[in-house]
Amino acid sequence: MIPAAARMLPSGVARVYRLIVLVTVLKPLSNLFLAWGMQRMPNMVSEHPLYLIQALFEPLVVIGVLMQIGWLLLRMSLLSVADLSYVLPVTAAGYVLSTFLGRTVLHEQVSVSRWVGAILISAGAALVVSTPRITSEPPRTAQ
Amino acid sequence: MKWLLLGIVIVSAVLGDLLQSREMKIAGQNSGRMPGAVKVLRLIFERRYLLLAIVSMAVSFFAFLALVQTEPISFAVPASAGSFVIETLLAKLWLKESLSGRRTLGTLVVLAGILLVAR
Repeated sequence: MIPAAARMLPSGVARVYRLIVLVTVLKPLSNLFLAWGMQRMPNMVSEHPLYLIQALFEPLVVIGVLMQIGWLLLRMSLLSVADLSYVLPVTAAGYVLSTFLGRTVLHEQVSVSRWVGAILISAGAALVVSTPRITSEPPRTAQ
Repeated sequence: MKWLLLGIVIVSAVLGDLLQSREMKIAGQNSGRMPGAVKVLRLIFERRYLLLAIVSMAVSFFAFLALVQTEPISFAVPASAGSFVIETLLAKLWLKESLSGRRTLGTLVVLAGILLVAR
């Protein structure tokens, strides 16, 4: 039996795929701003975790946090119409973008094995995206 | 410190994602359509397990923030994706999702990629 959430008009399906792209791209971009902002801070967090609060006043971290909030809300919306075991590998394509951004924007060293890994992640994500988006009915126990 | 932070990132992300998936599927079933951002915000305050999921995600986020201060993003991001495997297994066992051959193969290829990137 096809789960109810999988029965959707074509316009709804297009919206789901737009959402997948947005969720995939937004995460690595937010990670970039977070890493960028954190690297501008003095290295004190390992001495005292409260320095993390101070990081929330760093403008680049603020941009990263706002993007993370947007990503979280969009991903939650996506999870209402797609399996977790579908969303995870499909949006993993963002790891490739993260590796690329780390190399180009933050000038991090990225080894050949990391690039091969990033390509494998993309290939795996492409395999999963061709499977049915949702395969299970939600639990009956509503709150 | 590096591995402790990574452990916190992974465990709290697993808990947050599983609870989110469970609660959002129920919400999607009840409303019959994909909720927008405003509706999702309202749901967070209406469903206590969704709120717990957000708290877990926040813990994961702060641990990640500490991690990227000392480790390169090209390590921190893929290594924290170790949660991916645990979540996929629990999605099958707890959320009763069906893992077809193609989805399992794709997941294993992604895992291989993560291991290469995190090494």
